[in-house]
Amino acid sequence: MGTFVMRWAWLIVGLGAAAPSLAANYVPLPGGSFASVIAADNKTAPAQIAPFRLRTEPVTNAEFLAFVTAHPEWRRDRVASVFADGQYLSHWASPDTLGADALPRQPVTRVSWFAAQAFCQSEQARLPTWYEWEFAAAADAHRPDARGDPAWRDRILSWYTRPSNTALPLVGGDPDVHGVRDLNGLIWEWVDDFNALLVSGDNRDQDGADKLRFCGAGAANLREKENYATLMRVAMLSALKAADTTNNMGFRCARPK
Amino acid sequence: MKLLTTILSFGCVLALAACSGKPAGDAATPAAAGQTQASASQASTTPGDFGPPQGEPIHAVLGVPPNVPPPINRNYPAKVIVDLEVIEKDMEISEGVTYTYWTFGGTTPGSFIRVRQGDTVEFHLKNSPTSKMPHNIDLHGVTGPGGGAASSFTAPGHESQFTFKALNPGIFVYHCATAPVGMHIGNGMYGLILIEPPEGLPKVDHEYYIMQGDFYTTGKYREKGHQPFDMDKAIDEHPTYVLFNGHEGSLTGDNALTAKVGESVRLFVGNGGPNLVSSFHVIGAIFDKVYYEGGKHAQENVQTTLIPAGGAMMAEFHVRVPGSYVLVDHSIFRAFNKGALGILKVDGPENKAIYSGKEVDAVYLGDRAEPNLQAVAVAAQAHATGTLSKDEQIAAGKQLFTGTCSVCHQANGEGLEGVFPPLAKSDFLAKLSKEDLIGIPLHGHTGKITVNGKDYDSVMPPMGQLTDDEVANILTFVLNSWGNPGGQISKEEVAKVRAAGPPAPAAGH
Repeated sequence: MGTFVMRWAWLIVGLGAAAPSLAANYVPLPGGSFASVIAADNKTAPAQIAPFRLRTEPVTNAEFLAFVTAHPEWRRDRVASVFADGQYLSHWASPDTLGADALPRQPVTRVSWFAAQAFCQSEQARLPTWYEWEFAAAADAHRPDARGDPAWRDRILSWYTRPSNTALPLVGGDPDVHGVRDLNGLIWEWVDDFNALLVSGDNRDQDGADKLRFCGAGAANLREKENYATLMRVAMLSALKAADTTNNMGFRCARPK
Repeated sequence: MKLLTTILSFGCVLALAACSGKPAGDAATPAAAGQTQASASQASTTPGDFGPPQGEPIHAVLGVPPNVPPPINRNYPAKVIVDLEVIEKDMEISEGVTYTYWTFGGTTPGSFIRVRQGDTVEFHLKNSPTSKMPHNIDLHGVTGPGGGAASSFTAPGHESQFTFKALNPGIFVYHCATAPVGMHIGNGMYGLILIEPPEGLPKVDHEYYIMQGDFYTTGKYREKGHQPFDMDKAIDEHPTYVLFNGHEGSLTGDNALTAKVGESVRLFVGNGGPNLVSSFHVIGAIFDKVYYEGGKHAQENVQTTLIPAGGAMMAEFHVRVPGSYVLVDHSIFRAFNKGALGILKVDGPENKAIYSGKEVDAVYLGDRAEPNLQAVAVAAQAHATGTLSKDEQIAAGKQLFTGTCSVCHQANGEGLEGVFPPLAKSDFLAKLSKEDLIGIPLHGHTGKITVNGKDYDSVMPPMGQLTDDEVANILTFVLNSWGNPGGQISKEEVAKVRAAGPPAPAAGH
């Protein structure tokens, strides 16, 4: 009963978010012990995730325009080239105008990790870690962890198999059990530790043979075919450098509890 | 074992991308430069290394399947620059069925690359900004970890560069090796690279490029509409389609390969997989030589040759007699029920001393013989604009009949006496109401009937995969052919009968 009431509460909050003047919404997620596709010890250990708050929606073009207006050093014509590549916000009509190819309620894309991080700081937040993001994305409308349901995986895989030659939908998909929207099926999203996903601090200075060893251990998780969908996201994040931007890479922010 | 290999390669690719720190772009250039210097100094000790590249860098000419770039004809090692763009795009896998292909160069299989042994190949892999996925390339002709995969992991809208020396001659598969490898290959990310021996290959009249691949869609074979990739079928190795050059009809009809009597033909045939091994055969031809496994040695006088997934071969033969030679995977259900068919059309004078010429291949070719369905497209367009004429319906129906119906009822509508009833001058057909007539293709027909004085007692399965306008066009064609009474069936009339559902079994109530 309590969950039911809570869910309606989030729905109402979510509707309120449609008005762009309101501040972004963050909802609490419990965290806890979580069986990630990337084992915490490169073997089988679950990840331990502290309670955190997550933005209910990805950052939109309108929100990012407000950010670059307040912080002009992040305009595409002023950003330092080490922080963003040549495609940064290139679909906007001008450095301070969205235009026809960037609707206000579309998720902002073609943003670098550096820019995403700066945005989150501007609203007293940070990028979520991979574990936080993966934990949140495991939910569906009814369950906090729907990963065992083929429908959950098929929804993700069907998004992967569509080319991105058409305009992105607007944010505002159906909320999941936590009240979070659009984690799967809209865009890729930056995470704070995107470039360290298969590397733990202890292993970083090991030589080739040991790399293969722990990478092999990481691969052991792939016996669960359900993990394919999530590992494709890991592969995408692994392909990027922090200044890179792509047509589909956006972000949302997180805060500590 | 296969699973283990997949898991390992999957893990290694992720690993190489993430573990080696960062990418491609940063690491490739200095590493490649060092490698070139090192190999140059070892020119005398490494077989296949003919020293540093000479002359101006050459931009490789890429072959669009089924075409092969021209022979090299060069007597020195050069620096060859290969530009290959990864493009994710929707294309037809069969008539009326679309699939999202991931391609090297916009085609499945990808562009054909041709270099000379000893060449230094500077490879530029570009991933289109419209791509959703990161991609890389593993060339089996590369000596080095991952075959280039680790050095070419490329995000959408980015480009990677790496350089290798082509040490071993042969015909080699290349493919994407990004996780999950099977899905990237299953979506069409494979092609061939030919590394010519220094003296080149013997001259032939025609060279063609063919690759087999298996495809896994959520819908059934030829189920209309857009069909997504099906991971479960792929893991179970139950393909929906097995195809040459990525699409049904890519080597038949107007797209058939051609040659003239007396000419020599060289086929470069690869198998992308991801799962199946090919029993490659050309019906009516014997290969003079097969360079099996793409290697140095040739077997002679070969009927059928095995091409492993991720492998290739080169076959040479002469065509002596005119006609249609059918390329198949001789695991034969794949050819006639999953699409693995191609045609080599040979023109020229008959040679009755070699072959009498009495060739019956109508049933063999089945519906892939003439997949020139422009008339179907014209009819569909006309219907959309409200200008569909009876003649357009008949033209479209004729081509669709060739596809679906002629295998049993025969192209001339005569059927086969006692087995498949005739449609030509059929008294049975003339007596049917419109609704009953439409019901036969939609719901099938079982049981005893008499047509033109002969009894038939067989089963026609429902052709539910046909759309309403296809059924309307086929029936309009049949009604206006072979002395039948004429008339016209509309898409709307078919929709009505379909909505009403199959008739209740007569004996049931």
